[in-house]
Amino acid sequence: MSVGPNSRRSDKYTPRSVPVSADGTRLTTSAMIASLDAEGRSTVAAPFGNALVELAKTRDDIVGLTADLSKYTDLHVFAKAYPDRFYQMGMAEQVMISAAAGLAREGFTPYATTYAVFASRRAYDFVCMAIAEENLPVRIVCALPGLTTGYGPSHQATDDLAIMRAMPNLTVIDPCDATEIAQATHAIADHPGPVYMRLLRGNVPDVLGQYGYKFELGKAKTIRDGSDVLFVSTGFMTMRALDAAARLEKDNVSAAVLHVPTIKPLDVATIVAAASKGGRLVVTAENHSITGGLGEAVGAALMRAGVNVPFRQIALPDEFLDAGALPTLHAQYGITADAVAGAVKGWLK
Amino acid sequence: MTTDAAPSKSNVSLARRAWNIRRYALRMGEVQGQGYIGQALGIADVLAVSYFHALKFRPKEPEWEGRDRFCLSIGHYAIALYSAMIEAGILPESELETYGMDDSRMPMSGMAAYTPGMEITGGSLGHGLGIAVGMALGLKRKKNPAFVYNMLSDGELGEGSTWEAVMSAVQWKLDNLIAIVDFNDQQADGKTTAALCAEPLGIKWEAFGWHVQEVDGNDLPAVKRAFDTARAIKEPVPRVIICKTKMCKGVPFLEEREITHFVRVEADEWAKAIAHLDTEMPQ
Repeated sequence: MSVGPNSRRSDKYTPRSVPVSADGTRLTTSAMIASLDAEGRSTVAAPFGNALVELAKTRDDIVGLTADLSKYTDLHVFAKAYPDRFYQMGMAEQVMISAAAGLAREGFTPYATTYAVFASRRAYDFVCMAIAEENLPVRIVCALPGLTTGYGPSHQATDDLAIMRAMPNLTVIDPCDATEIAQATHAIADHPGPVYMRLLRGNVPDVLGQYGYKFELGKAKTIRDGSDVLFVSTGFMTMRALDAAARLEKDNVSAAVLHVPTIKPLDVATIVAAASKGGRLVVTAENHSITGGLGEAVGAALMRAGVNVPFRQIALPDEFLDAGALPTLHAQYGITADAVAGAVKGWLK
Repeated sequence: MTTDAAPSKSNVSLARRAWNIRRYALRMGEVQGQGYIGQALGIADVLAVSYFHALKFRPKEPEWEGRDRFCLSIGHYAIALYSAMIEAGILPESELETYGMDDSRMPMSGMAAYTPGMEITGGSLGHGLGIAVGMALGLKRKKNPAFVYNMLSDGELGEGSTWEAVMSAVQWKLDNLIAIVDFNDQQADGKTTAALCAEPLGIKWEAFGWHVQEVDGNDLPAVKRAFDTARAIKEPVPRVIICKTKMCKGVPFLEEREITHFVRVEADEWAKAIAHLDTEMPQ
């Protein structure tokens, strides 16, 4: 049946049966929770909320705001610990962002939370003019980055890095795991300008701790060395890159992982130095559209520096993505560790 | 003006303050040959009451912590606010002729980064009241008794974000927040009431929970009383003063024009406008 020329799905009138996974379990939409904890890793509960509570013990200027998403951004932990420093602004992202600007003008350091789609799309003009143009120290901390929900495009912020990267003065961070979220929450407290930070919430995997990792604002760090491939990755795709590297190792492919949590300002010196070393295939990996995110930023930086190396991108397609269960969607869009390893092997042939 | 606001001129009537503001605005308009002179002439009386009756400030210390905050969300009204701030001694009259020019501290649209005394960057309409909400929350956190004023326009009420802020101010019981709406029924394409009808305005704000006053914004004693009431009432609610103003007030041949949002004035008409004003100089 025709559904009109503008529908992005042409099969909506086809009846469906209940989908069952290979092991016989039903796949449900992993939506609001958006945890990546089903991957057999150790996890940490609410790393952002707990870190903010810790930070607030010594910083009276810290206040928290949310637009009806404290539970889903882990800010409820802070709200419980410091009820008088918590502002429930209701479902009104524009006034939340503006009010955060006003509080910053009066000397406070606001951490404002919502979903990444709402901060980057709905409240853009307010982030831009009320906060960034004046370089105010507001921290905008946003859950559901990229493809971390099965709700479809209304909740999937596959474009937020592109949107926020284009904003002058704004520092943009995509942390990998619980360790990094906690460290970054502290590290951005003293930054004089505004910060946009992507957030994994709930039970968040802990990966980087075992590598002795320490987050530094604006710094890319080598997590693993390797001679054939250089992953330049950000956000939870660094976990996937590390897993892919382990899989590749079994096939005698040696892959390094350079983790780039700060998307802007980009640590160009470290990236250029790493890409210049030893003729490796450079593969960027990000939980974001292929348009305007880490990959394009790295590609442009390498070209500007005159580094001519084989270059590929692991990223989400420039499309409105499907709804469904996260494991299915990650496989479908090629951001699982298996998919990453497979793509790299294909490129090396 | 309070004792803390060292006056640049003493014993000057509000009428004379408003007249001076109009005259500075006309001189600035002449620099560019066109501009938002209609708004400046219309709102001059409200600004005179704001800066020389209501606001607490120190002209030589624009960031003094005890000041009342005056947030201009309608960035294009900057010409009017610069005039008021020149009259108040915050900005030097000698820079008046730099208005809108390269490297001026008085750009066409008001920005906090450019101008002492300009609290926020307006221009993208619908931002001011939300920022004012945050400042009012911040002042309460600091137990600072200062007021936050936000001057917005009738056209700006079309921006949905303004109404988010209207609701938020009530939710947080912001009795330190005073909104001033300039209702001149003019926006870029014509009449505001013919575009996205703000009327009936007073009962809208009242329904949201604000203390509402509607006054003739060109009636100085009425505006003065309204500011007094807005500051004095004890109810834990934000306050709004809706000021009905006449675009181009004080210059009859400009008042008569139909489209007054962005007035084009012929070179010889500036002198004519100032000459007319000079015939009506108050004491």
